[in-house]
Amino acid sequence: MKLIRRSWQGALALLLCLAALPLLPLLGPDAATAAGNGVTVLIFALIVGAALVSFARLSAPILAAILFVGVYAAAWLLIGLLSGNEGHATSAFFPLIAASWLMAWRCVSALSAVETRSATTEALLRLLIPAIFGAWILILWEAVTRGAGVPFILLPPPSAIGERLASSVPILWADVRQTIFKAVLFGYIVGCAAGFVTAILADRIAFLRRGLLPIGNLASALPIVGVAPIMVMWFGFDWQSKAAVVIIMTFFPMLVNTVAGLSASGIMERDLMRSYASDYWQTLVKLRLPAAMPFIFNALKINSTLALIGAIVAEFFGTPIVGMGFRISTEIGRMNVDMVWAEIAVAALAGSVFYGLVSLGERITTFWHPSNRS
Amino acid sequence: MGTAREMPVNETASSVVSARRLGLTFETNDGPVHALSDVDLEVKRGDFVSFIGPSGCGKTTFLRVIADLEKATSGEITVNGMTPEEARKSRSYGYVFQAPALYPWRTIEKNVALPLEIMGYSKADRDGRIQRTLELVNLSGFGKKYPWQLSGGMQQRASIARALAFDADLLLMDEPFGALDEIVRDHLNEQLLKLWARTEKTICFVTHSIPEAVYLSTRIVVMSPRPGRVTDIIESTLPRERPLDIRETPEFLAIAHRVREGLRAGHSYEE
Ligand SMILES: Nc1ncnc2c1ncn2[C@@H]1O[C@H](COP(=O)(O)OP(=O)(O)O)[C@@H](O)[C@H]1O
Ligand SMILES: [Mg+2]
Repeated sequence: MKLIRRSWQGALALLLCLAALPLLPLLGPDAATAAGNGVTVLIFALIVGAALVSFARLSAPILAAILFVGVYAAAWLLIGLLSGNEGHATSAFFPLIAASWLMAWRCVSALSAVETRSATTEALLRLLIPAIFGAWILILWEAVTRGAGVPFILLPPPSAIGERLASSVPILWADVRQTIFKAVLFGYIVGCAAGFVTAILADRIAFLRRGLLPIGNLASALPIVGVAPIMVMWFGFDWQSKAAVVIIMTFFPMLVNTVAGLSASGIMERDLMRSYASDYWQTLVKLRLPAAMPFIFNALKINSTLALIGAIVAEFFGTPIVGMGFRISTEIGRMNVDMVWAEIAVAALAGSVFYGLVSLGERITTFWHPSNRS
Repeated sequence: MGTAREMPVNETASSVVSARRLGLTFETNDGPVHALSDVDLEVKRGDFVSFIGPSGCGKTTFLRVIADLEKATSGEITVNGMTPEEARKSRSYGYVFQAPALYPWRTIEKNVALPLEIMGYSKADRDGRIQRTLELVNLSGFGKKYPWQLSGGMQQRASIARALAFDADLLLMDEPFGALDEIVRDHLNEQLLKLWARTEKTICFVTHSIPEAVYLSTRIVVMSPRPGRVTDIIESTLPRERPLDIRETPEFLAIAHRVREGLRAGHSYEE
């Protein structure tokens, strides 16, 4: 018992290998090339080997490293079999993919169990675990779409999307410039700034506060598909009309959050300012705005997502022949779904970078907040 | 103000707080609450006056009226010979709240600098004052820390430093040590007395601890609730120089006894 530990993933992987045996070969009779015996044996050896190792009482890093190598080699060989043989994988193929995925799971749980006192190792692990996770989403996606021959229109394999991404960099870059660096950034900055300034005015002038906020809630429910064509009519086809849509979308979240944030400071803190005979602006700058920062950053984060969605969707209603939304709407019409997916990948990446930058700003600015203290 | 205490000055000139038939009624949904009624009180320059009484007897309210954080509904009150509003606008007092109320995004140093920035002290003047007041409350070396990196007692001392940093000769303190444990509290009481002697400020101090009131004060104002009013004012016979073990002396115990009697008498009004 000492040398063995429980590993249900290992047990299940062994069962799956066993189940795959009678279903061999890995590729159907119509496949262009047959799966060589050597390769098949190697794949089995890798998976069974990894499964057996997972029962051994090894230290977590060593176990994780062995599983990592075994599992990726097996997945690489399995997917390699598919090139030229799309749609010809037999039912022996999928249990083996599932078994290697189980061993990857085991690898991740071994990694999560690694105890470390070094901060760099810790940070590395925090990156490695989601990276393995993400890689497996792609591997499964690739194996299923190509192995089962899912029609390209429905879901292209990630490798095709990646190829398209790499070969269309100039077009994608032009789209990013048009949509993100013009419409999104301009609209985001102007919309957030306007919302912020209006919030201060509403704070200063009571009738604005009472009149504007209910309307603000109404306006934040405006359907973007209704507003976008009108903005195109008003401001023309170029990025200005998209920026206008982004301004409308980002204005109210900023307004509402800033107004809420301005009342976030405590009564005692405000009495303190009063005891110093501090004037309105001093109290605003030295107390109420710093206290409102968590709220303001909340709006900035919400708006970073909204702005991207707004600009892309608004481009569906008319653009010059460039822009991410324009590309998506025309390429889907031409059945170039790989290009659509490439734009989606770029949008996801850009959105994450944008959100990440705002979050970084938040951590620097509101370091004092109980949720950020270290 | 440095020599005020030795100078033989007349009644009105030396009066820092003067209340005549002062009343304050809060209109609430459950009807009026008489937080203060018919309060007559004279606080002289250099006094250390403690307000003691059960909770709800209007101690905080009285301090807040002095500070112009609350408006009296009847009677008269002057602070430094002015209305409370004028006194607040001329920055005549420093207020220490029950909680430290330090701003978490400012370091201790910057928190002490806050009133100085608002009142327009020059940068050089600010730096000197921060250093001096932090020294006064034994926090030199902690200026660069953030409030949440310090203990509760240290935070409260920082908030006292903040109230001492600017030139106000009246210090209003509302149960500043209420949330601290006894040992820290003893220590801070001792420090506060030294600080009072050194700075020659007038202090109004709210507490509900009898030993604390007797140990610190030159005068003890005993209050009772419903309606909030003053039931006794006790002049302390203790010397100004007070080591902690003065609390063992018969004189101290006699004063404490009288305060306790006063509190008990206040309570007999309730059914
Ligand atoms: N803002 C307010 N509104 C209504 N009632 C109040 C308010 N502040 C204090 N009170 C009431 O006034 C009375 C005196 O309160 P307070 O001065 O805080 O007492 P203490 O500080 O002596 O405990 C209490 O009954 C309290 O409920
Ligand atoms: Mg109170």
